[in-house]
Amino acid sequence: MHEVLSKKQLSPNVTRLDVMAQRIAEIRQPGQFVIVRRGEGAERIPLTIADADPAAGSIALVIQAVGKTTRELVALNPGDSIQDISGPLGRPTDLIASGRALCVGGGVGTAVIHPIAQGLHRQGVAVVSIIGGRSKEWVIFEEELRKLGEVIVCTDDGSYGRKGFVTDAAKDVLAAGGVDCVYAVGPVPMMRAVAAVTKPLGVHTIVSLNPVMVDGTGMCGGCRVSVNNETKFACVDGPEFDGHLVDFDLLWDRLGTYRAQEKESMARHEESCRIGLEKPKAV
Amino acid sequence: MSTKITTKERLKIERQAMPEQDATARAAAFCEVNLGFTEKLAMLEAQRCLLCKEPKCVAGCPVMVNIPRFIQFIANGDLAAAARSLLGDNALPAITGRVCPQETQCEIECIRGLKGMSVAIGHLERFVADWSYRLANQVVTAPPQPTGKKIAVIGSGPAGLTAAGELVKLGHEVTVYEALHKPGGVLVYGIPEFRLPKQIVKEEVERLQQAGVKIECNVVIGRTYTLQELRARFDAVFIANGAGLPTFMNVPGENLKGVYSANEYLTRVNLMAAYKFPSADTPVIVGKRVAVVGGGNVAMDAVRTGRRLGASSAMIVYRRTKKEMPARAEEIHHAEQEGILFEFLVAPVEILGNDQRWVTGLKCRRMQLGEPDASGRRSPVPIPGSEFVIECDVVVVAIGSRANPLLTSTCPELKLNRNGNIAADANGMTNLPGVFAGGDIVRGAATVILAMGDGKRAAQTIDGYLKKA
Repeated sequence: MHEVLSKKQLSPNVTRLDVMAQRIAEIRQPGQFVIVRRGEGAERIPLTIADADPAAGSIALVIQAVGKTTRELVALNPGDSIQDISGPLGRPTDLIASGRALCVGGGVGTAVIHPIAQGLHRQGVAVVSIIGGRSKEWVIFEEELRKLGEVIVCTDDGSYGRKGFVTDAAKDVLAAGGVDCVYAVGPVPMMRAVAAVTKPLGVHTIVSLNPVMVDGTGMCGGCRVSVNNETKFACVDGPEFDGHLVDFDLLWDRLGTYRAQEKESMARHEESCRIGLEKPKAV
Repeated sequence: MSTKITTKERLKIERQAMPEQDATARAAAFCEVNLGFTEKLAMLEAQRCLLCKEPKCVAGCPVMVNIPRFIQFIANGDLAAAARSLLGDNALPAITGRVCPQETQCEIECIRGLKGMSVAIGHLERFVADWSYRLANQVVTAPPQPTGKKIAVIGSGPAGLTAAGELVKLGHEVTVYEALHKPGGVLVYGIPEFRLPKQIVKEEVERLQQAGVKIECNVVIGRTYTLQELRARFDAVFIANGAGLPTFMNVPGENLKGVYSANEYLTRVNLMAAYKFPSADTPVIVGKRVAVVGGGNVAMDAVRTGRRLGASSAMIVYRRTKKEMPARAEEIHHAEQEGILFEFLVAPVEILGNDQRWVTGLKCRRMQLGEPDASGRRSPVPIPGSEFVIECDVVVVAIGSRANPLLTSTCPELKLNRNGNIAADANGMTNLPGVFAGGDIVRGAATVILAMGDGKRAAQTIDGYLKKA
C-alpha cells in the first residue's frame, strides 16, 4: 500500500499526488515510469515519475483525468492509499553530457519533461524549456522548470506568455541555433510536429511515447510501437525513442484501440456517481 | 475400508470418469470444467492401484511424488495421511493435479495402462489436495529448525513457488520477488480460470506463506533491484522469472488493432479479469470471430477464452496436423466439445485490416508435411498458390515465448546459452557462485510441472550449497 501524502490541483484537469514509494524515490532516473493499480478490480496504468523526494520516500505522480481510472486516482486524498506501484520501469533518458538542450512539454507532458530537465541541469547542460497549454490556467510546472533554466510559455489563446503552439516557439529557438538535442513530450500530434520541425535541421530529437500498457515489464507486447520500421516494446525498449524514426500514425491509431470501452467505462462510472447507488470501490 | 482386496479384485475395477460441466453450458462461462472426484469415486479409483513394488509411475513424475503411498492412504480412507504424504513431496498439488499432462508423465508409466486404462493419478492428487484445504488442521506438520540462511527467489511462478516451499521446509528464510501485483506467474496470468481457478492458486500461495515464505509483489528485478544487490543481501538467489517474452510472427499487419500476443490476451482476461468488464476496469477486444495461431496449450487456452468471451466462431490455425499438436490431449478434447474449429496445415502470411486499421482477416497458405526436423516432427512445407483468407476480427498469436531479457541484460556476468536462456546445469547451478536458476528461464517455454521439478531440484542443490558455505 502506498499512502498519498499530498495532493495539488495543477490545472483544471491535472492533479499532482505525492505518494509513498521509498525504493522508487531513491533510485528512479529521468524518463522512468511506474505502473499503478489503485485497488481490487482496477486496471494497471503507466504514470511518469515527475519528481521524487528520497528523504521523504515519496514520488510525484502527475495525472490528467481523462477516464474512469485517472478520475478515481485524482479523487484520492491525503491519507488514502494506492494498492500497487511497480517500478521504476523503462530505460532512463539518454541525457546529453554537455551543451544546450531544448525541452518541449505539452499539456501533462510538461510533468514528464521536468525530471529530464532536472537530469540535464544536474550534469551542467544548459536547458531551455518550452511549455504550453490551452490558456493560462492549463500551464503546469512553470515554477519548477524556471529553477533549471530559461522557460518559454505558450498558450493557444495568448492568455499567458506567447500566443501559439509550442512548435512555433521551438522553431524560433532552433532557428537561432546552438541546440544540441531536443526532448519533446506531450500529445502525439505535438511530438510529431516537433519531430517534423527538427528533422530537416538534423537536430537529434527524443520523444517519450505513451502507448497502452498492461504489465510494463515486456511480457505482453501491448505497448508495441514501430521505430525505424522495427517493432519495439515501449515499456522495456523505451519509453523514449528517436523522434525521427517513430511511426506516430501507428501510435496514434493503436491508442484508440479501447476508445469504445473507455467511453462505456466512463459512462458507467458517471452514472454510478450521479445516482449514488454504487459507492466508489474502497482501496 | 479394507486394504485386503486381491489384485484380481483391483483389476476388475474400471477407471472412474472425472465429473465435468456440460459442454454447452460451460462454453459460455469461466468456471472450472472438471468438477473433481467425490470421496467415494476417489476411494474406488485408488483401489485400482496395484501398489507396485518398483513403481514406474514415480519415475514418470518430475517432482518424484511417492504415488503408490498416497494412493494407498486414499484406498484405506485415511485422507489426512494421504495429504501429509502428498504435501511432503509436492508443494503445489492442487495445481499439478489440474494442469499436469499426466497422460505423458506418471500415468503413461502406470502398469495398468499397458493393458487398459492407467490409474487416474492426477485426479486423485487433485482430490487429496482439495480435501486438505477443507480440513487443513488435520494435516499439520512440525515446523523445521531455522538455519539462519536467507534466500531470494526471483519470480513467483511454478518454479519459484516450489523452490520457496521446499526451502522453508528445510528451515531457510525465503523472500520471493514478483514483478506483477499478484503471485503465481503463469498460474494467474496465463492459465484460465476454467482450467485452474484463481482461488486455488491463492490458497496454495497462502499455504506457502503460512509455512513462512515471504512474498513481495511489484518488485521488478533488473529495475527495482539488480541481481548484484540481491547477491549482497542474501546467501543464495534462485532465478525463476520464466519465459515471458512473446514471439510475434513478423508478418505484415501484426500491429493492427485486434491483434494480441497470447500473453496480453490471457493477462487481460485472467489476471485483470477483463471478462468481467465493465465491472473490472481492464478492457479486452471481444471478437465475433477469433483466430488463434498455434497448437500448444497456450493456444488452446486462448481459443477457449475467446469462445467464452462470446465469439460465435473461435478457431485454431496450426501449421501441422492434429497429431503434432503439443497441447494436452484433454485440452484438445475439451476444445472440440466446446465447438472450437480447427484449421490444420495452415500458416498465416499476412493479417488484413480495414480503413480504420482493425483486423478483418488472416491471409493464410496451406501446408504439407515434409521431412522430420531436428525435434523429430515433420516440417510443414508451403503449397504454392494455396493462399486463402480466414475472416476474423481478433487474432491471437500463440506461437511461443522466449526468455525476457530484462533481468539478464542488467547482469552481463551471468552466463546465457545461445537462445538467451540462463545456462544452468541439471541441478540449477549457474556460472555465478550462489546463483541458481530453473524453469522456463533455463529451458525455454515448457510445462508447469517441469518448472516445479526444477524448483524442487534447485532447492536441494541450494540446501547443499548453503551447508557447505
